[in-house]
This record gives sequence, C-alpha cells and structure tokens, in this order.
Amino acid sequence: MRFFRDSVIVFRRQLRMNLRNPAWVIIGMLQPVLYLLLFGPLLEPLIDQFGAQNAYTFFVPGMLVQLGVFGAFFAGFSLIGEWREGVIEAERVTPASRTALLVGRLYRDLLQLLVQAGILIGLGYLLGMEASGVGLLLGVALTLLLGGACAAASNALALTTKSEDVMAPVINMVMMPVLLLSGILLPMTIGPAWLERASDFMPIRHVVDGVRASFAGDFASSGVTWGVVWSLVLFTLAVWWGTSTFRRENA
Amino acid sequence: MQTFHSRQGRTRTEVRAVDGVDLDVAEGEVVGFLGPNGAGKTTTLRMLTTLLRPTAGSATVAGYDVVTRSEDVRRSIGYVSQTGAAFSGARAGDEVVDHGMLYGLPRRAVEERGKELFERMDLSGLWTRMPRSMSGGQKRRLDVVMGLIHEPRLMFLDEPTTGLDPQARANLWDHIRDLRDRLGVTVLLTTHYLDEADALSDRIVIIDHGRIVASDTADHLKDRVAGDLVDLELVDRSRIPDAVQALDRLVTDRSGVDVTDHHVRARVPQAGRSIQGLIRHLDTAGIELRTIEVHRPTLDDVFLSLTGRSLRDAETAPAGTPGSPDGVPAPPVPAGTPTGTPTATEGALR
Repeated sequence: MRFFRDSVIVFRRQLRMNLRNPAWVIIGMLQPVLYLLLFGPLLEPLIDQFGAQNAYTFFVPGMLVQLGVFGAFFAGFSLIGEWREGVIEAERVTPASRTALLVGRLYRDLLQLLVQAGILIGLGYLLGMEASGVGLLLGVALTLLLGGACAAASNALALTTKSEDVMAPVINMVMMPVLLLSGILLPMTIGPAWLERASDFMPIRHVVDGVRASFAGDFASSGVTWGVVWSLVLFTLAVWWGTSTFRRENA
Repeated sequence: MQTFHSRQGRTRTEVRAVDGVDLDVAEGEVVGFLGPNGAGKTTTLRMLTTLLRPTAGSATVAGYDVVTRSEDVRRSIGYVSQTGAAFSGARAGDEVVDHGMLYGLPRRAVEERGKELFERMDLSGLWTRMPRSMSGGQKRRLDVVMGLIHEPRLMFLDEPTTGLDPQARANLWDHIRDLRDRLGVTVLLTTHYLDEADALSDRIVIIDHGRIVASDTADHLKDRVAGDLVDLELVDRSRIPDAVQALDRLVTDRSGVDVTDHHVRARVPQAGRSIQGLIRHLDTAGIELRTIEVHRPTLDDVFLSLTGRSLRDAETAPAGTPGSPDGVPAPPVPAGTPTGTPTATEGALR
C-alpha cells in the first residue's frame, strides 16, 4: 500500500514534467505511425519469404517490441538530469521505498508504451492486420514487461554512469546486437545457421517470438511460453538491478 | 577508532574514520562542521543522513542507528544537499508537495505547510515559479523549505551558502538562525567558510583528514589559541627594543614577539585585561605609539594552531572534492562519524 502510494507520487511528478514538454507528447504519438507507414510498405513484398500469411500480423508485433525496447532504453537519460540537480538524493533522504522511486518512473514509460501500442495496433488493424483479441492483450503485456525491464536497466545504467557521454555509446553498442539478433524486423530464420544459433542466446528474441506467436493466436507453441518466461525473468532482474542502484547510489 | 570501506569511483579505498570522538548535539543547537574541501565533511554527512552506508562502524542519529533503523532516521531529519533538491524545470510548489508526500503526509497538510514555509522564507508568490528562473538565493531557500517540509527536529545543511552572493548569504544566515530560534530545530551544517561557522554556530567542530581535531564554541576555540594579537605601531623605531621587552612580559607561551618595520606584535592571552597595564607601562617609559590594535584570533588561527596549516593552504592542497561527478575516481576521502551519548531527546545526534 505504502509502496503503491509512493510510486504513484513519483509517477505523477514524472508525468507532469513530461506532459509539459510538447516534443515528448508529439514524438511519442508520431513514432508508431511513422514505423508502420514507412516500414510497412518496405517489408510487405518480403513477407512470402518469411512463410507468414498476413504482412501486418507479422510486422506489428516486431514493431511493437522495437518501440518498447528502444523507447525504454533512453528512459535513463532524463534520470541523469534529475540526479545532477540533486533530485535523486532528495528523494533518497525520504523514507519512500527505493523500489517505488524506480517503479514510479517505470509507470511513466509503460504508460507511454501503452498509448503507443494502442496507436500502432489500431493502425495495424486499419491496414489489414488480423490478430486474436486475447493474443493481442498477451502480446502487449509481454511488450510492457520487456519495455519495463529495458527502462529499469536504462535507469540503473544512468545512475551507474551518471553521464550522458558514457551512457549514449553504451546504449548504442547494446542496441545494435539486440536489434539484429532478436529478429525484431527480420526473422532470424532467413539468416545463416550460425547467426540463428547466436540469436538463441538473445533473451529478447524469445520475447519477440512470444509476442508474434500470441498475435497469431498460436498459444500452443512453445514460443508463447518462452516469451512469458523470459519477459518475467528480464523484468525481475532489471527491477532488482535498478532498485539496488537507487539504494546504493554513490555520489 | 572506526574504519569504513567506502567506494570512490571504481577504486575501493579503506578510509579511516574519526578516532574516539564524542559528539553530543543538544536540542536547538547549531553545530558548524568546519574543514577544508576533502576533509570528510560531506562524506560524514552523507553517512549520517543514510545516503552512504558505512560498511563498518556505527552512528546513531536522533536515537536511531543509521544502518539498521535508516527509515526512522530519514523520517526524523531534513537534509539540504550542496546540489539542491528541486528540478529546475518543475514548478517549485509541485516539487515541495511531492517531496512532502513522499514522507507519507497527506496532500493538503503538505500544501499548507509548504505555503507557510514559503512565506517564512521570503518566497511568497514563487509557488508556481520554476527554480530555473529563480535567483541563487531563492533556490537555496527553496531547498531549505523542502528539507523542512516534514517538520524535522534535526536539519543537515551541506555548505548551504556556497556560490551565493554576499547579500544572499547574509539573508540565508538569518533564516538559518531562525530555524533554531523560532522553530527550535537542531542544525548541523558544514562549511569551509570561517566567517560562516563563526556567525552561525553555537559550537564548531573542526574536521581535518577525517579526524575531528576540535569541538567547542567559537570563543573557547579562539581562547585556546595563544591569545589575542596585540599590534603596536611605534613612532620612533629606536624604542622598539623597549617595546619588545614590555610586550614580551605578557606573552605566556613561546610564540615570542614579532617585529616588522615600526610594528611590534605578539599573542597575548586575554589581552582585554592586560592591555591597560601595557599602555600605562609604555606611557611611563615614554614610548610613543602611533596606533594600537587588538585582534581576536580568527578561526583560521585556530585551524593553523591545530593542524599546522592555514585553512586556505589546506584548500589548495590536492584534495578530492566530495561529490565529484561521474565516477571520476576521487582521492580517498576520509570519513568520520561521531559517537557518544545523546543529551537531548529528539534532536540528539550521537
């Protein structure tokens, strides 16, 4: 109860500051639209090679995850600004739960992701996507877990590096293999065998497969199970890491 | 003696804490923590405010152990850090309310208290202003308001006036005195300004290299130094040996008499009492004076006599600024924590 109240205070504060920034709102809304309208036509002709029937049922889950992962990776940048101005320290001298300080910030990222997912899925339907209702909800839930994990990791990284100059290259370096090996846009099945083997070790790939399988209504497949398992594992680990940096932040 | 392991940047350094020091802070007392940069003031404060966890040793604040009862400590204290507390792009009032609510207080109570504190701190009309468009002094007072929002009995102020112009400093000093006089808050503040420690503190704790080297009232500390500086300026240089002889009789230690040009100087204990006799003596001997000055020792003299260095020298020595940004490995900052028995019930710090 106490934890929930604290995290809502933090969330409300974050949301208030972000809503005051029109760029955050506009870019956030525009992103899914651009993804779908620009990437969609490019990928549509390739769909036969992937062995899927409906191009948008295949691409929308990938874009959803990409949106979640990429947006969340950058969540930590605003935290560095807050840290520099002493906000984090001021919050840490209050009796508020350390996890609430992190999770309140995650709510904001998750809300943003949820709105973006709504826009993306709505547009997807307009463009001819066919997806099961339950699968859609499960897919979004998995994406939120993964997005939350990435945002928590990003916050932890922010409080560890405390410098945009260090953080930006680190995120860039992490993002490249993530984008490639998780098969977010192009499935790993079309690549050489060794690359596909390598991608088995990329946890986010299993989440992408899970989201894709659940959109397709393929609940019996192991893809959904592994997607659920991995997104829960990643989320738990990242929140634990993030909390420990809030607890131990050393200035 | 207590030892702490403290992580600075990537290097793990063992830092030695204060050796057997008892520090009791009575309720309603203003204690100044004085020392050069890197002496361990901020580190000590960060441990007492539960921001930095000592890996060994113990400290008790407001009756609670900083490690095992950290939540109770946090509830009982207010902290104003060097960097501030409010985000530059958020509204001041919103920041104050959110901060207060994190202490579990109801929204309306926090708002009421916040507005009252705004009045008290000369911030009326700035409730919806962003800190970004406030003056340095206003921002600092806003930080103090945030530290006071949950009515703590004990306040920690970390170099509260650093970077403020003289007027804003004097104004903040008034407000800090007000904390004690009107709100009855116990204040522990760090500073590396001598005049600040002198002006504000009921008691001064001098810290150097992580050790508390002295702890007393400003006046007692000054008395402990060899004494007041008596400076005689003679009209006739040929009488200097006589003046030296006269002054030397009043000097009680081996500091001796110093002669430069027409001046004869010496440290004389409690010069206020002996100066009359000295003047009478010089008069009968026919030694004519152009000027006579008596200086109370400054805290810099105190620091010099305790550590062998002046405070300014200590500052210029390569010292790690506590709180150096982005994990640049700072030189080991010795950390200290006072121990002892609480004398006051609530605002006690031991």
